Amino acid sequence: MKILGKVVKYGDDINTDYIIPGKYMVLTDPKELAKHAMEGIDPSFIGKSKDAIIVAGKNFGCGSSREQAPISLKYSGTKAVVAKSFARIFYRNAINIGLPVLECEDLWDMVKDGDQLMLDLESGKIKNLTSNKSAQAQPLPEFILELIEIGGLLNKLKRIKG
Amino acid sequence: MANIIEKILSRASGKKEVMPGEIIEANIDCAMVNEITGHLTIKYFHEVGAKEVWNKDRIVMVLDHTIPAASVEAAELHKIMREFAREQKIKHFYDVGRGGISHQIMIEKGHVKPGDVVVGADSHTCTYGAIGAFSTGIGSTEMAAVFMTGRLWFKVPKVIEIKVDGNFRKFVTPKDLFLKVAKILGVSGANYRGLEFKGSTIKDMSIAGRMTICNMAIEVGGKAGIVEADEKTLEYLRGRVNGPFFIAKSDQDAEYEQSLELNADDLLPLVSCPDAVDNVKPVSEVEGVELDQVFIGSCTNGRMEDLRLTAEILKGNKVNDRTRLLIIPASQDVFLDALREGLIEIFLLSGATVANPTCGACYGGHLGVLASGEVCLSTTNRNFIGRMGSTKSKVYLASPATAAVSAIKGRITDPTSFKGD
Repeated sequence: MKILGKVVKYGDDINTDYIIPGKYMVLTDPKELAKHAMEGIDPSFIGKSKDAIIVAGKNFGCGSSREQAPISLKYSGTKAVVAKSFARIFYRNAINIGLPVLECEDLWDMVKDGDQLMLDLESGKIKNLTSNKSAQAQPLPEFILELIEIGGLLNKLKRIKG
Repeated sequence: MANIIEKILSRASGKKEVMPGEIIEANIDCAMVNEITGHLTIKYFHEVGAKEVWNKDRIVMVLDHTIPAASVEAAELHKIMREFAREQKIKHFYDVGRGGISHQIMIEKGHVKPGDVVVGADSHTCTYGAIGAFSTGIGSTEMAAVFMTGRLWFKVPKVIEIKVDGNFRKFVTPKDLFLKVAKILGVSGANYRGLEFKGSTIKDMSIAGRMTICNMAIEVGGKAGIVEADEKTLEYLRGRVNGPFFIAKSDQDAEYEQSLELNADDLLPLVSCPDAVDNVKPVSEVEGVELDQVFIGSCTNGRMEDLRLTAEILKGNKVNDRTRLLIIPASQDVFLDALREGLIEIFLLSGATVANPTCGACYGGHLGVLASGEVCLSTTNRNFIGRMGSTKSKVYLASPATAAVSAIKGRITDPTSFKGD
């Protein structure tokens, strides 16, 4: 599975309140949530979220267990998040709702906002098409890849049910 | 040579032993949702065509984030929860006025036992480690899978041991201890790890204090905080939940990834400064910061022990003119106990606002939302930008003692110098 997108870059410890502030937790429509993605730290994100690949530092998604955080990113048009590391609950939530997440220590230093990236989820290879540099992310375990490819845990549960 | 978390996960997965890093599937003893995560779980449960939950007695549903409903949207979430609880005959559903903040309810009402594996669709689910259970936060979709199957996969975490000996000085509290841990480990220092608290200070600590330190394990990235169950735990559980219990204890030669040793005698009142929980300084270094609001409450510090400490300080004093003090007991039971002990009267006479149990103020949902430029000292667990309202407001985190003294002074004040003037 290959993903093409453009870089939107953030630093360390981007918490779930920044990704989707608590006051929006009463919203139930994912498209409405998406209008407020990253609003807590970067209200301009919505103007650049289509086909975005967020490249972040350490501990992306720390804080709350709110699944609305990866949901708001996914419905904002964000294709994937590549971070130096992820907070545990966000990582599981992202995979479960079908938002690709990759861990890569080196990428952050070799990209700038707007660079075109190509991610290969199977191999973890990342190519910066703008600068022609490459980085290697931690390849995803097979069961996680499978979850992302079928669109998340819900689709898997439907299959089990069916 | 296993630690407490490995022992609990071994038992729950039916394995003789488990190793850190190993992926296991565990039976879930109890699962909790609140209205902001639960409505998604319910939607997904229906979407996949599931008909019946795996066990109607092992699911706890709590309305706590916006109590009572402050908007039509919040009321709709309550309605979804209420209808699902009725339809599925969920035994433990806590409606408005019947419960309080979920993490307090889970322990107070006896839904968690020592040795249990508990999941909650809320990050502060790690609180229940206070009574020797393994408990951790999960998302709404996984919770739908738990509702269907009663099982979930976990990676066995590495564990950090935090050994604390000695006695707290007057007005130094378990909250200050955790802020010290946050300063040492940093906000991602325990990512994917368990935190086991032990030592004479922890032995002497109330269940309320143990809940405070386990509650904040997530603020350093922790998967779970835990204290082994002891006589104090059993005494607390008497009348709340019947045994027998699985009392897991770490072996003498248990393996830890890292060990911290702290001395409670050396500990001073601490404050976590904006905008990160690990930005911790002694209160004395930030004394004088003017406060628009002080909030005492939440799943971190809204229990009787916290309210008694607050009342001891507020008795006969007035909240400073420049400052608003908001006090929210963690549950209906705590509220009633505080009322019967005369604490609520002390709060009201001091000029505080006392509100019903809810998470509202802590996450900027409702009650005590901050305006731009405002500064709040809060006994809660997060001080991210905009956490309690405007993205141009600031939040400092501290103990109830520091909060109460600071409310009287109208500025951040070291409680150890307080003489009750």
